[in-house]
Amino acid sequence: MKYEPTENEDVKLNMTSMIDIVFQLLVFFILTFKVVVQEGDYNIKMPLEGQASNSIEDDPELIRVMLRSGDSGAISTIEVDDEVEVKTLGGDTVAGLFEQLNLYIDSKVAGGSDPESGVETEVEFDIDNDLKYGFTVRGIEAVSGKQLADGTVKKLVGSIKLKDNTSK
Amino acid sequence: MRYKNKKSTEILEGDLTPMIDMTFQLIAFFMLLINFSEVDRAEEIVLPKSVLATPPTERPDYQIILNLDPDASVVFAGTRYPQISTLGPVLIQEINNAKRGRVSVAAKDIAVIIRAHEDTPTGVVQELIAKCQKEAMEDFKFRVKDQPY
Repeated sequence: MKYEPTENEDVKLNMTSMIDIVFQLLVFFILTFKVVVQEGDYNIKMPLEGQASNSIEDDPELIRVMLRSGDSGAISTIEVDDEVEVKTLGGDTVAGLFEQLNLYIDSKVAGGSDPESGVETEVEFDIDNDLKYGFTVRGIEAVSGKQLADGTVKKLVGSIKLKDNTSK
Repeated sequence: MRYKNKKSTEILEGDLTPMIDMTFQLIAFFMLLINFSEVDRAEEIVLPKSVLATPPTERPDYQIILNLDPDASVVFAGTRYPQISTLGPVLIQEINNAKRGRVSVAAKDIAVIIRAHEDTPTGVVQELIAKCQKEAMEDFKFRVKDQPY
């Protein structure tokens, strides 16, 4: 039998159930939603013993940075050793100390011979076991780069390693 | 002028189209932003803040995320290990998983992401690194909270 719709027939869909489901989905997503803060990484090179490069030409210029802890795990002094001289950096505040480290590394990288020579600078951290990790990260940040006034970042040292102090 | 009530039996229906449009847009928004990978994170850990840390642009072939508390307990994949020394079997299991995966990844290429609390003594972090090194892992990343300049 052929179906013939009448001209005035008005087809209406029942939307109620769909709206119910949609609202339930919306409530679920709102309740499970959590704003996640952006996170970043610092790469740390920790090669196994005995795997160091044997080639003298490939050896990077090494700067040792000693982070010394004071009372309650806070930073007290920073010493730097570029295999020529050992310096103790001064600074009245914690921020001042890390700024001094940043300036020192900047001067070393900028004055570090010919950039086309391919010799990269490497920083080895010797950190007191008691020092709070937050200060360690600030030290790593100070040698990694420098924030310029226009907001851009000047990269300083890309190769960072930690001296193994676990036996101390 | 006096208002007279209509006596008709006609049912009044509001136009629901804009509301449904809006609701679907909200659902799409929340679906795109929802993050189910919370199991890798331990919310009680306060990461150090840093301006210069680079947000990861691509996911490594194989990664493990180790959350480290100031009391030297490690949270991995939602399970708490009270001492670093007890992590050995878990790390070996992960190394085996990495080797057997779709792309075989050697232990030295596994990215070990350390999410340590800012008050954790650095010696404890180094102890964790030494433990991973003992299982031939070399690639470490210190995860920090990105702080806008």
